[in-house]
Amino acid sequence: MTDQEGANAVPHPYSGKLIIVEGIDGSGKSTQLLLLHKWLESKGHKVFFTEWNSSDLVKDTTKRGKKTKSLTPTTFSLLHATDFASRLYHQILPPLKAGMLVLADRYMYTAFARDVVRGVSRDWVRKMYDFAIKPDMAFYYKVPIEVAISRLLRGTRGQFKYYEAGMDMNLSPDVTESFRLFQTQILAEYDKIVDEFGLLTMDATQDIETQQEYMRTLVEEALRGYKPRRGTYGRRTLFWRRFDVPKSE
Amino acid sequence: MVDARYFGDGLTYLNPSDLKGKLIAVEGTDGVGRSTHIEMLQEWLEVQGYGVITTGWTRSNLMSKTIEMAKAGNILDRWSLSLLYATDFADRLEHQIIPALRSGFVVLADRYIYTAFARDFVRSGDRKWIRDVFGFALIPDLVCYLRIDVETLALRVIETTGMNYWESGMDLRLGTDLYDSFKKYQSLLIEEFDKMAEEFHFNVVDARKSPEEIQEELRGHILPVLQNHKRTAGVEHVPV
Repeated sequence: MTDQEGANAVPHPYSGKLIIVEGIDGSGKSTQLLLLHKWLESKGHKVFFTEWNSSDLVKDTTKRGKKTKSLTPTTFSLLHATDFASRLYHQILPPLKAGMLVLADRYMYTAFARDVVRGVSRDWVRKMYDFAIKPDMAFYYKVPIEVAISRLLRGTRGQFKYYEAGMDMNLSPDVTESFRLFQTQILAEYDKIVDEFGLLTMDATQDIETQQEYMRTLVEEALRGYKPRRGTYGRRTLFWRRFDVPKSE
Repeated sequence: MVDARYFGDGLTYLNPSDLKGKLIAVEGTDGVGRSTHIEMLQEWLEVQGYGVITTGWTRSNLMSKTIEMAKAGNILDRWSLSLLYATDFADRLEHQIIPALRSGFVVLADRYIYTAFARDFVRSGDRKWIRDVFGFALIPDLVCYLRIDVETLALRVIETTGMNYWESGMDLRLGTDLYDSFKKYQSLLIEEFDKMAEEFHFNVVDARKSPEEIQEELRGHILPVLQNHKRTAGVEHVPV
């Protein structure tokens, strides 16, 4: 491992496919991934879905850190890497090795953008994620900041998330203004990442259907030659549950 | 810590140059007597008038509960385990160690990053990643390594706390029972500590000696570091 490039820079050796989406809150990336998920399932694929910052272990800790306002840029970054490592090992790798499709809502590029804006070293965070595997397809949903804000304000969510708005960084007491300042920096960081890692930039200002049609075209092309693998034709949605992190009491 | 330095890519938002205190790490494998000696060192230093704080592995406010929970699950992979330790360490570094050093305290660290290096290496065979991850750590002014052989260690642990799952490295399946696993795991750790002792110039103390002798040796290593510290405080007017 010492002299070669990190695992996150070379194609993975597994027979499954990993498709990820990136973008700021309000870019519509989760909607697009959901629609892709539906479509892939309708075509008979068995699809596994995983999202950023979702293990109970890390959720509880971030909550505790928020309550006591004790998270620093470094501990914030490390916690998310821990969560990612755990999901990679327990949720992403087994289906990939078994030759299945895995969809991830946000991937290591989220950390590269967000943690660097929070103030950690660009090199350090990349080296830390050296264990990650390179996705087969990575979409970046690019959106102007004002579009994202207006979507979030009139959307179903109705408010900004604390960390997404960078409220821990004391940029502005006003949550919308804080979101604007923080996410504008993140957008600039994403622009660099797109070039560095070759993400596919999607125009997230277009209609949902138009974007989805284009995404499906690209995925269909990428999956040409991929043979879907299924162990069973029955519905066994709980199969991977046994690899989950146990819930806290 | 006059020329405080980071181990690798440091905390870009924190300048370590104004850290007046001294950072002293005591390393060594499980059950070797680190905590006992640190307690005695603290007492000794405080009697001499030094402000002392101690900091221990997995004792951060942020992470101690999380790590307990994770260990109870027994399902940790190599990366998560090491990253949990790193998070705990970072929390203590930024909230305890650096503020204390800034105020001129002597910080006694019960284990330091080298413990994480040894544990990760034993699980992965790779030294680079874990060292990159801990790039934000401060290089200590002094590292004392309590060295013991695995035979003596096994006896000592059985006589005192008993062997547990993690200290025996049971997640690695190195042996069929706790005892075999403990010995194999701990000898791998000791082997790696020995290598690091040369690489990072640890002060090696033979932990098989009597507690009094060990304490004496530790104090002998620490004194020059503190005196050096006092001298540098008034060094400006001394002609070369």
